[in-house]
Amino acid sequence: MEINKSTTKVLVLATCLMVAVSLSAIGCGQQKVDTSKEVFKIGAVLSLSGPAAPLGQPEQRALMLLQDNLNSGAGVNGHKVEFIFEDDESQPEKAKAAITRLINQEKVAAVIGSSTTGATLAMAPVAQSSKVALVCCAAGTKITQPVVSYVFRTPPTDSMAITKVLDYLKGTLKVKKIAILHDSNAFGTGGADELSQKAPGSGIEVVSRESYGSTDTDMTAQLTKIKGTPAQAIVVWGTNPGPASIAKNMQQLGITIPFIGSHGIANKKFIELAGPAANGVVFPAGKLLIPSSITEGSDWRKAVDEFAKEYKAKYNMETDTFAAHGYDAGLLITTAMKTAGNDRVKLRDQIEQTEGVVGIDGVFTYSPTNHDGLKTSDLIMIEINNGAWAEIKSS
Amino acid sequence: MGRTDRKQKMLLLGSAVFFCVVVVATLIFKGSTGFQWIMSGLTVGSIYALIAMGFSVIYSSTHVINFAQGEFSMLGGMLMYTLSTRGGVPPLLGFLLAVLMVTALGAGLERATIHPLRDQSVITVIIVTIGISIFLRALAKWIWGTDPVKIASFSGDSPVRFLGAAVVPQSFWVFGFAILAVILVFLFFNRTLMGKGMRAAANNADAASLVGISTSTSSLVAWTIASGLGAAAGIVIAPISFASYSVGTMLGLKGFSSAILGGLGSAPGAVVGGLVLGVLETITAGVFPSGYKDAVAFLILILVLLVRPQGLLGKPEDVKV
Repeated sequence: MEINKSTTKVLVLATCLMVAVSLSAIGCGQQKVDTSKEVFKIGAVLSLSGPAAPLGQPEQRALMLLQDNLNSGAGVNGHKVEFIFEDDESQPEKAKAAITRLINQEKVAAVIGSSTTGATLAMAPVAQSSKVALVCCAAGTKITQPVVSYVFRTPPTDSMAITKVLDYLKGTLKVKKIAILHDSNAFGTGGADELSQKAPGSGIEVVSRESYGSTDTDMTAQLTKIKGTPAQAIVVWGTNPGPASIAKNMQQLGITIPFIGSHGIANKKFIELAGPAANGVVFPAGKLLIPSSITEGSDWRKAVDEFAKEYKAKYNMETDTFAAHGYDAGLLITTAMKTAGNDRVKLRDQIEQTEGVVGIDGVFTYSPTNHDGLKTSDLIMIEINNGAWAEIKSS
Repeated sequence: MGRTDRKQKMLLLGSAVFFCVVVVATLIFKGSTGFQWIMSGLTVGSIYALIAMGFSVIYSSTHVINFAQGEFSMLGGMLMYTLSTRGGVPPLLGFLLAVLMVTALGAGLERATIHPLRDQSVITVIIVTIGISIFLRALAKWIWGTDPVKIASFSGDSPVRFLGAAVVPQSFWVFGFAILAVILVFLFFNRTLMGKGMRAAANNADAASLVGISTSTSSLVAWTIASGLGAAAGIVIAPISFASYSVGTMLGLKGFSSAILGGLGSAPGAVVGGLVLGVLETITAGVFPSGYKDAVAFLILILVLLVRPQGLLGKPEDVKV
């Protein structure tokens, strides 16, 4: 009996232990969102319609993917994460109204957006005065220079692209004289201004600067003018379809000096529009476009491959740079939330201390003086060969 | 009357001489480069001319300015893309089908939106056409999205070179089509009973109905022709300009300017207006900093309107009864 009793005790104890262990194992394997915990709300003002819709839609898709991934696991520390989307219709004033609503009515902890520089610049003062962190998906240099304490960004900036282009012109092409042909919109003019300003620093002289309207279809007049200058390369700063017309016009006129584009043509659409004239065109872009340019086996490469696979599975679409910007913005905020929770000010401080967070666009590190997150070295130069992208290894 | 007539003739002659001097000076000072500008200008100008003709057709029969004209061209290009580039329909059949579909749409829109307003003032109808243009643009965006698309050139992309200028073959198609269209439109309005009746209907509805042309029929026929012409133009120019939901706005604006410059309601005027605008724009972009291109083009338009409100080849409004 005595023995029996102790055996029973041991048995009971063992059973209890086993149950406890197996329970905790279940807990480990199937972490769940704790529905009793407060939902973490994050606002997202994106250009879901209007001219910038091709930017905002993939950004939204990527964020919905992130939301699903988080909530099918433990959310953020057991808190369910909810992205609340607002469409700014590609208009700055709508963006401003949207962020105001998200902050005051939805009481979001932080805001993502917007897709364009104009809309982001309209939202920034609201974020700043309400003390709510804003992580944008737009590339305009002005957004983070000078640094605004509550405003962050995920994409590589226009400045980084310009530096990359100048490095390529100086280091690889070794040219001294260039011509600039730019779209007369904000993106084109801003890029051309910065290029003209920085070129002398790289020992490059801008011998001709011409512009065209966003809807123009024939740029032969500007090109013949450039042909008459000693320019050794043409830098074209604009988005589709202008640069495609320029590539075709250059072929038509028999101009053979190198065509260096902006990151605005880092899409398959450019190749489709320009056809054979696209061959030989060089432009800066995020490494995401050519995953093989990212070190095999690195965390970044794994993240990019995984993201592409999940995105394809969910939407049956290829990822693009905009999807990456959106995903990374969501990732930065939710990562910071793990430490800071949903307190607005603490969350901002935590985002600023982000170090080495592996996203899709690159590996993000922020500081009080740097709200851009990425570096020029996160970009590569790509050349179009036979209608396909190829990375140019820097010399 | 005689004096104003002579003054107007002198003005017209003056404009013609000015234009010739600009062209000749460009050729002398810039040589083959200048010739390239003029050839490029003629290509762009033919595009404007084709759209301008659509404005002319509707204006001369109803005195309405149809601000949805550019959208017909946009739809022509986009349908051609869907049918032939994506759908594999042979190009010629795709062309005909696309034109037919837009024509049916144009006629349908006239019956649905313009016809019910037949008793309203012209300005009301013009505002409705702005509404139609917004509607068609939104529809196209919904169907095709916002990305521009490409349509293959009719006869290759290797440029034809002569006298130091390079011209893509598609330019000749656009140019030829503009000439063909102006001849057909001119013959229709000046040599056929129906066409003459339609012009009459615009000026005097009662007199026109005496010869069997009602303003209602006239409006329907004009919209049918203009939408078909617009669609065909949109398809011919798409290989050069690309097609997208938003091209109609630019085409409409430049086409309208050309029509005003050449004289609203005159088919030859539309062609002259388009070519002059295109050539001046290109020369301006070549000679001055290219940012001033549109400013100079519109400055000339304003000047012409100030001294010759009926446009270059337009006839002064004569309200004889």
